[in-house]
Amino acid sequence: MPVVRRAPAAESPPHPPPGESRTRAATSPWRHRLDRLVSPYAYIAPFFLLFAAFGVFPLIYTAWVSLHDWNLLSSANPFIGLDNYRELFSDGYFWNAAFNTLSIGVLSAAPQLALALVLAHLLNRPLRAQTLFRITLLLPNVTSVVAVVVIFSQLFGRDFGLVNALLDLVGIDRVYWQANVASSHVAIATMIMWRWTGYNALIYLAAMQAVPREIYEAATIDGASAARQLWGITIPMIRPTIIFTVIVTTIGSMQIIAEPLLFGAQVSNGAATTGGTDRQFQTLALYLYEKGFRSFEFGYASAAAWVMFLLVVLVVGFNYLVVRRMRGGLDV
Amino acid sequence: MRGKPPDARGNRGARMRALRKHPLTYLTLVAVAFFSAFPVYWSVIVASHDNAAMAEMPPPLLPGGNFLANVSRVFDTTPFALALVNSFVVAGTITVSVTFFSTLAGFAFAKLRFRGRNALLLLTVVTMMVPTQLGIIPLYMLMIKLEWTGKLYAVIVPALVNAFGVFFMTQYLSRALPTELLEAGRIDGCGTWRLFRHIVVPAARPAAAVLGMLTFMTAWNDYFWPLVVLTPDDPTVQVALSQLASGYVRDFTLGLTGTAVATLPLVLIFVLLGKQIIGGIMQGAVKG
Repeated sequence: MPVVRRAPAAESPPHPPPGESRTRAATSPWRHRLDRLVSPYAYIAPFFLLFAAFGVFPLIYTAWVSLHDWNLLSSANPFIGLDNYRELFSDGYFWNAAFNTLSIGVLSAAPQLALALVLAHLLNRPLRAQTLFRITLLLPNVTSVVAVVVIFSQLFGRDFGLVNALLDLVGIDRVYWQANVASSHVAIATMIMWRWTGYNALIYLAAMQAVPREIYEAATIDGASAARQLWGITIPMIRPTIIFTVIVTTIGSMQIIAEPLLFGAQVSNGAATTGGTDRQFQTLALYLYEKGFRSFEFGYASAAAWVMFLLVVLVVGFNYLVVRRMRGGLDV
Repeated sequence: MRGKPPDARGNRGARMRALRKHPLTYLTLVAVAFFSAFPVYWSVIVASHDNAAMAEMPPPLLPGGNFLANVSRVFDTTPFALALVNSFVVAGTITVSVTFFSTLAGFAFAKLRFRGRNALLLLTVVTMMVPTQLGIIPLYMLMIKLEWTGKLYAVIVPALVNAFGVFFMTQYLSRALPTELLEAGRIDGCGTWRLFRHIVVPAARPAAAVLGMLTFMTAWNDYFWPLVVLTPDDPTVQVALSQLASGYVRDFTLGLTGTAVATLPLVLIFVLLGKQIIGGIMQGAVKG
């Protein structure tokens, strides 16, 4: 240790830029040792410094801001303790947003992951045009959220939308998709499903390909059907991956914002931030946006952000417990 | 195909048998592929007609001849050209930066020994799970302090690194980079930087390419933060697109033409390099 500590004094410059070690580092044991000691930290430093400034600091500072009456224009930001949280919990719009978030989340995540599982199971067979299928399934994931909503808002349009045209064709009444709670949630969940099902299917497929073939062969000899193999072999074998996707999807669906924002903008500019004229599809993230970036109540919005985070942790924890219990057919 | 015996020779025969054995599998997959591709195709249809044609019943199902006229309308209505340039600058800078710093940090985490390595790597993985929206208010306040609001820095700088990239490169390099190669380099007198340049970078290239493509797509498609921090007259392409598509006047043609223009570059990249991108996603998934 003392040897190392003397090194900077003996050498000048004390911190040779990494590039300089090119010049015969091996001839100088000091330099060599310094290089080995300092380089790892130098290599991770850019990541951690930038990440601390723009990632970690805002996270922590949110908690501090949430305890103040803090606006964009106010010069004094008095400390008000938990008042923001109290106000938040008594705001009906907040609970409305929490309900909408959960509803859209369940409507989009559950069918999405189930369908992805089935698709992956189908793709995990000797098929023709394997690559073509995979590329097509991932295509929706390449398009941006904005593009997805613009396209689907046209498809779900009241007067000229293709979906309503098809409903007309089979004799069902046209639906004004933005107008009600249920129909708007279904429309938004469809957009999310469309964008993410193929992606999750590929992740499942990757995990399935690591399952030894012999297990399936043995099951086939025993006369197990494809559905039974999916339930009895595949699902238990790829459970870690399922847990992973459930967590990631849950975190994602708790943060949905662009879909309701732009879907509402099809009705009017005012309906965008409120998620429909009666807030029928305002999500928590959109509520946060309304408070933070339309009325610029930074303190209040920060409190909403923290509560949102706690809800995410709660829901993720709940889902994790549920999926962990889902053992498939192995021990039946 | 009708009268062919079931055991036609060769690989092709085996696949044909698979096709006949699983007609339902193909039917399902073709249906899902149709639903995946149709909305993208539909945007091209709408973008190549005028509004009157789209109001007809039944609507047209083949592309029309109005695309270029619509495109010029898009460029007249919003600063779309500027937005495209902005998005290229933003996504390009972020891609180069993320790929470089992730490879650098990934090398350190995967192959160098130092105190606190495991703890720092764990910290990186944990932060991947924290929702980004949690910190968005203070981040905005920070941008006001730095007087970056309305400027591209505000979108670029916070995205210059991310935890996923570091994790992805760490995973790849710890598997794909032989430690013996690095030891041999050490014996030959290479410093760490030289090892990085001459051994790590070439070995990391396949994963770095995938990470670069994923990063570019994410940055190109990012919407929420640019919407918050940029102004309508100097936007990125997604912000410009959302302006086109909202408002009181229902001009779907305009919105979907913008969508097509903003999406087609990515779809093109994707169709050309789709195989590698899919490989990268699936590789990352198994470890995740």
